[in-house]
Amino acid sequence: MKNLRNIGLVIFLGGFSIFITSLFVGTYKISEDKLKALYDATEEIDKGDTIAGSLTKTAIELHILDKEFSNQFSFSSHLSDLFNKSNAVIAESFAEKDGITANEVEKIYDLAIVDGKVIYSKDVVERVFFDNNKKQKLLIANTSWMFKESKSYEKVADFKKDFEKKLKGINGKLGEKYFVWDNKYSRFDLVKASSNGPITDNKGLFLFLTFGLCIIGTLMYILPGAILMGGPGIKNNGVYHDPATNRGWIGILAFLFLIFFYILLYFYPWLIVPWTSIVDPFKGLFIEGASASQWFLYGTLYTVSMCVMGIRMFIKYRHNRYQIVRTASVLSFQIIFAFLLVEILPLFDLPAMDLKNAWPLDYDMFFDWNVKGHFDSGTVGIFMFVWGVVLSVIVIPVMVYFYGKRWYCSWVCGCGGLAETLGDPYRQLSDKRLITWKIERWMIYGVFLFAIIMTIFSGYHSYNEVNYPEMSGKDVLFGMSAYNIREWYGFLIGSIFAGVIGTGFYPILGNRAWCRFGCPLAAYMGIVQRFKSRFRITTNGGQCISCGNCSTYCEQGIDVRAYAQKGQNIIRASCVGCGVCSAVCPRGVLNLENAPNTDGSRMEAPEVILGNEGLKEFLNK
Amino acid sequence: MEHVVIIGNGISGVTAARHIRKLSNKRITIFSVETDYFFSRTALMYVYMGHMKFEHTQPYENWFWAKNRIELKKGFVESIDYSSKKLSLSGGDQFTYDKLILAVGSKPNKFGWPGQNLKGVQGLYSKQDLDLMEENTSRHKVDRAVIVGGGLIGVEMAEMLHSRNISVSFFVREDRFWGNVLPLKEAAIVEEHLIKKGVDLRFNTELKEIISDENGRVKAVIASTGEELACQFVGLTTGVSPNIDFLKDSDLETEEGIVVNQFLETNQTDVYSIGDCAQFSKPLAGRKKIEQVWYTGRIMGETVAQTICGNKLAYKPGHWFNSAKFFDIEYQTYGCLNSMLQEDETNFYWEHKNGKMCMHFVFDKASRKFLGLNTLGIRIRHEVMDRHLDADATIDKVMEQLKDANFDPEFYRLYEDEIVAKFNQEQGTKITVKKRSWKRILGLG
Ligand SMILES: Cc1cc2nc3c(=O)[nH]c(=O)nc-3n(C[C@H](O)[C@H](O)[C@H](O)COP(=O)(O)OP(=O)(O)OC[C@H]3O[C@@H](n4cnc5c(N)ncnc54)[C@H](O)[C@@H]3O)c2cc1C
Ligand code: SF4
Ligand code: SF4
Repeated sequence: MKNLRNIGLVIFLGGFSIFITSLFVGTYKISEDKLKALYDATEEIDKGDTIAGSLTKTAIELHILDKEFSNQFSFSSHLSDLFNKSNAVIAESFAEKDGITANEVEKIYDLAIVDGKVIYSKDVVERVFFDNNKKQKLLIANTSWMFKESKSYEKVADFKKDFEKKLKGINGKLGEKYFVWDNKYSRFDLVKASSNGPITDNKGLFLFLTFGLCIIGTLMYILPGAILMGGPGIKNNGVYHDPATNRGWIGILAFLFLIFFYILLYFYPWLIVPWTSIVDPFKGLFIEGASASQWFLYGTLYTVSMCVMGIRMFIKYRHNRYQIVRTASVLSFQIIFAFLLVEILPLFDLPAMDLKNAWPLDYDMFFDWNVKGHFDSGTVGIFMFVWGVVLSVIVIPVMVYFYGKRWYCSWVCGCGGLAETLGDPYRQLSDKRLITWKIERWMIYGVFLFAIIMTIFSGYHSYNEVNYPEMSGKDVLFGMSAYNIREWYGFLIGSIFAGVIGTGFYPILGNRAWCRFGCPLAAYMGIVQRFKSRFRITTNGGQCISCGNCSTYCEQGIDVRAYAQKGQNIIRASCVGCGVCSAVCPRGVLNLENAPNTDGSRMEAPEVILGNEGLKEFLNK
Repeated sequence: MEHVVIIGNGISGVTAARHIRKLSNKRITIFSVETDYFFSRTALMYVYMGHMKFEHTQPYENWFWAKNRIELKKGFVESIDYSSKKLSLSGGDQFTYDKLILAVGSKPNKFGWPGQNLKGVQGLYSKQDLDLMEENTSRHKVDRAVIVGGGLIGVEMAEMLHSRNISVSFFVREDRFWGNVLPLKEAAIVEEHLIKKGVDLRFNTELKEIISDENGRVKAVIASTGEELACQFVGLTTGVSPNIDFLKDSDLETEEGIVVNQFLETNQTDVYSIGDCAQFSKPLAGRKKIEQVWYTGRIMGETVAQTICGNKLAYKPGHWFNSAKFFDIEYQTYGCLNSMLQEDETNFYWEHKNGKMCMHFVFDKASRKFLGLNTLGIRIRHEVMDRHLDADATIDKVMEQLKDANFDPEFYRLYEDEIVAKFNQEQGTKITVKKRSWKRILGLG
């Protein structure tokens, strides 16, 4: 049995090493064909050709066409140049027709600057464009203010500055729709299209060698636990002796890996192209021959980790039916709603919406592209949008009233789901100090406020976009740009907090750092739970022995014992109702319940803890 | 300002301090030789097993004490002069008090066995014992351990050693596990569970002698049966007794423990005693003269605080309750249920077919008054049982409202219907179990 475990560990480590190594396997080469294939996919035929053509030309100039690079790092170092130069080429060719080219600018400068003096005038423009009325008019309309009487330039530099600024205005938007902006998405697509080598040739094999081996190895490690750990019951033996779970060296390594992974995923996806190639065959199950994006890779990793570690939960808590049922629930919601439906809905031309994701966790619900996406997909799309709103505004608070926020956080939510499965081994690492509780409240309600403000801005922006398309771009409210606020929210909260910190810090801050400190939906539900809900954790009279198991294993860092030892029920806004405090209590003191008294009385500390008859009589007198 | 000095920072002493602080502005000082801060003794096993770190056993954060103006002093109180109200620490420092509370707890019993002071032989009570156990079992190779004394701390120690893959032989003097408390059938369930865990249970077996190796460390024990067992660790868990050696031969009246009246007063003015070390001159009906559990320590602390703050209050605990865990099996008890039925008592016993769960009710033969309940593997709502006991409810009413009493987590299988059906069958009654009622449970009018 032990050997089986060790073999499992070796297999897992093998699979994991292959996974890591695969990042450095393969070569990269762009060719004309590949560029064509990549950009032809866009709707307009001539558009694809223009882009591919320009990129090809630029690549030749840069000497990178058909050149083989041995890794994505050196390959991608050329991409910025490639995109920008190609865009410039396109811009120039449009300027030829409808704008002012660099050549023409030179001519103007030649005539307008004489002996270091600026003598720019209408005459200069007419002389340069003697055969092009259209350009003449264009330039005069835009720069006539620069040669009025009142305007004179002391310095050439000033003139050039003004002139070039205007030029940008004229040329800037020309050809823009043919630009390939240098961002993480374009880079990802290009790197992916250019990748060759053993992985792209044997995707299925690599899928097995990485995902397959890791799953098999982990299961071989986990399953024998049913017997090795001894019969059903709480088995936290050695949690604080194990460097994986006591912030020891294995924990630190896991932490570094997760951080590294999230940073690549969110900010440098083109560097993890080999990993996405590995899951291409899996993506192919949904759309034949489709190429997996980094988000598909992430979704797959996420769901697979949850399932495998969910099995661990089933074994670990097999004596506790609450844990079994809630783990099964959270796994189903992840597999069906967050994974499968998100892949399947677009096959029916519907928005790829995670139907269980509620505002404000689903922070882009009111973004223009999301709203438009729904409204453009017909009745079902609109229905889905309305459902999202109903879920957030009605279903959430009503359910929290009846069952506490646990119905969402521990039964439905994907973030919670990962925390409760992959994160379960780290739950004890959450900080229990009072000061941390204070920090927690500032942070989580701060994020909630930020989410509300951001939503108001983006809602206003979307409203305008949808209702007054002619005013497009009018996204400023109270002097702040809705677009900027959205971007900042997405970067700081959506990526850094929820991803990098939320999951990356599992081995350091415990498994619910995001849910505890950052999630605006948790904040929202917490307020309802705290003030008006049937939910409470009942403390069983005077049975608490202050042992501290409950507090130690509370992933939300709630000092459960502080209440239990006073005979007081536990009602904290942050409690996600995981039920583990109740499970680990060796004296049967805690129970998650929904009962009728919904106001403050459910959380009052009794004046006398059950058992002191004398004191009770005395105080009653 | 009156100065209250408390010796002992266990649950009883600390509860007294907290309640005195709530009720008054008196100066409060707690002395302890064991640790800087209060910790939960009941959790020592979890530190050894790696469930928690020692700091997790501390119910209050370190700033708590200064914030509540409770002075903590570490040191061993060597002697007390009751006439001048002075204590002397082992270092020679002296302190005066106006009121003194002795909450000095217990120490493990040792019955003078040959070899009881060898290395690798120890009890489990204090933080130092925990550290010693760590050292005895991790710095030295231990394959086999012998535990002497079949009570709660013994079974905890067995679980601790088991978690480190050390095989355990468990010597129990009686013919069953925890024989002075558990009735036969409950004991049988626990025994079977222990055996399944691989514990080598030996009933009717006592320790005769512990044998040393050449380094003064245990290498074997000889049992009362004459058998010699090789082992590298011996746990002595044959109960605890008041930790009052330093108080003997003084004017303070002591017997087994510090003798107190119902107000927790000793024979010296302004000196009180609470917790494990207090011995009642007249024990309350149905209770022991020395009560060595967490809850009673806490209740005594709450009570003495009132007395010291001017509301003279007698120690009057409510209905007995307790709980424990034997490896994976949780145990709870409410009311008065002796290991043997008393003359006018009768009982009803239900056991699940898995042999790991049971409910055992005892009631009065004639009046059918409910007297007490033991459960294994099923959690029970303290309030509900306490209310039944308070109201002298009949067993029939307890049965009728059995669903109110269940405290198992949601989705657990419930057995009330099965239990009451069996009860009806045995007792010839026709009770139908009522649906769980929050109104009754919460006493909502
Ligand atoms: C391993 C273990 C598990 C237990 N589990 C349970 C359980 O599950 N449920 C339950 O109800 N009970 C349990 N108990 C019993 C319970 O812990 C005790 O009843 C309770 O801790 C007694 O508290 P106390 O305040 O009376 O004394 P203690 O906690 O013993 O505190 C006394 C303190 O006084 C200090 N002291 C003594 N003499 C001096 C001196 N001269 N100078 C300075 N300081 C001194 C001692 O060092 C000690 O720190 C358990 C006990 C043990 C050992
Ligand atoms: S785990 Fe149970 S007994 Fe221990 S402190 Fe928490 S509520 Fe009390
Ligand atoms: S208090 Fe209990 S149920 Fe709530 S989050 Fe903490 S461990 Fe989970």
